[in-house]
Amino acid sequence: MEWLIGFGTTLLTMLRDVLPIAAILFGFQALVLRRKIKDPARVAMGMVLVLLGLTLFLEGLEMALFPIGRLMAQQLTAPEFIYDSARAAAGPIHWLDFLWIYAFAAAIGFATTVAEPALMAVAIKANQVSGGTITVRGLRYAVAVGVAVGVAVGAFRIVTGTPLHWFIISGYIVVIIQTISAPRAIIPLAYDSGGVTTSTVTVPLVAALGLGLAETIPGRSPVLDGFGLIAFASLFPIIAVLGYAQLGDLKARRLKRRFEKK
Amino acid sequence: MHPADNPLVSHPHRKGRLRIFWHQARKAAEPLTDSAMALLPIVLVIAFFQLVVLQQPIPNLGQMLWGLLQVLIGLALFVRGLQMALFPIGEEMAYNFVRKGSLSWLLVFAFALGFGTTVAEPALIAISEEAARIAASGQVIASSVEAQNSYAIGLRLTVALAVGIALVVGVFRILKGWPVQYLIIGGYFGVVVMTFFAPPEIIGIAYDSGGVTTSTVTVPLVAALGIGLAHTIHGRDPMIDGFGLIAFASLTPMIFVMAFGMLY
Repeated sequence: MEWLIGFGTTLLTMLRDVLPIAAILFGFQALVLRRKIKDPARVAMGMVLVLLGLTLFLEGLEMALFPIGRLMAQQLTAPEFIYDSARAAAGPIHWLDFLWIYAFAAAIGFATTVAEPALMAVAIKANQVSGGTITVRGLRYAVAVGVAVGVAVGAFRIVTGTPLHWFIISGYIVVIIQTISAPRAIIPLAYDSGGVTTSTVTVPLVAALGLGLAETIPGRSPVLDGFGLIAFASLFPIIAVLGYAQLGDLKARRLKRRFEKK
Repeated sequence: MHPADNPLVSHPHRKGRLRIFWHQARKAAEPLTDSAMALLPIVLVIAFFQLVVLQQPIPNLGQMLWGLLQVLIGLALFVRGLQMALFPIGEEMAYNFVRKGSLSWLLVFAFALGFGTTVAEPALIAISEEAARIAASGQVIASSVEAQNSYAIGLRLTVALAVGIALVVGVFRILKGWPVQYLIIGGYFGVVVMTFFAPPEIIGIAYDSGGVTTSTVTVPLVAALGIGLAHTIHGRDPMIDGFGLIAFASLTPMIFVMAFGMLY
């Protein structure tokens, strides 16, 4: 019964979020384009599946993973865990005290990105459009590696207190250099993959980590330094996907050269 | 549509809607293994950190497994619904707009889609309320509830406007066939320049706002729209011209939010 109430509430919230989108789509379709949708029963069924699916997905995350993930972020960033009893917590902080946190940041960044539904959608589309050259899993793992590095670097930044924009600007410079030499066909997809990584699964857990970390470290304010992890999680996947494509390109060229020599 | 997806072809003896639903439910069960693979890393990470690093038992194991089952089924249903509804609608509308041949209506649609899907986005609502609290504590605005509310709403409208404009620019770029990188790198310069003029409290929020704008329902629609346009318009390549809309939608909010911080 309790489950049904929770499910119903989430379903209603989802419905409230999806209704404006549906209104725009069907409004334009009916009033501007004035065409009937092909196979409306199937589309309606698909919409119902999307709604039900996202509701179950969020309900399940809220039940199984978010509470323990948030608790874990708190426990790992708690001073008692970071500083072992031998060392006084009052001493100056050292970035090496936080190795477990970087590991957790990278692991949770990777794992939540692989499970991100929006990224799955883009990967399916990229697979179709590229005629199978880009695999659904390959793209998702490349993006997930990017997010893992991004969140770990973001956690490092909170620990050291370096201003956010220096990291972001350096990231942009790397992206620009990669763009010049990367295969042309991957560039738009790589840029897109920065935007899709951070939604339903990643944001709650990564935000909890950032806030916990900013609260623990003296001199960091949660409101100022807790932000910024999501920015890292959207920048590094671009670098990762471009790099992945460049590696593939390099391998292909080397093979070709070897073939021509013979 | 792939013939295998067609309930009429693969199920000639269907009897009514219940049958179709049953068939589709069975179809939806097929990608369960894919969903399981997607969820495996997060389960492993949590188990490892809980059992090995923190050395604590897993609380409420039964409830956790029940929740995981829901996540699994939910993800599989979502992927199925995506291919049945969101992808076809996006592509079909792109095709219909090109057939209609009205550039202005297409751009109005792009703006409406960007603005309308962003303004009600829960993640954006949360982040703009947080930003209002920061602004109040930094005495940028008065700390009264009204002042905070008007700041939060202003920020939300700014981001929604930014995403609307992003889709207009992005769609226009697909029609013209401009390379995406010039516009995006131009946008990066915009972000960097704005960073040096914007008040420091707004920068973290501005950078994060780029990531939170694109929701799980919007992304497939926008991707399908772009690819549909690139497919339909002669001389455009779906890979090179079709992607890129989401990138615009995550870039413009940064610039707009910093501008908002400067003007407010």
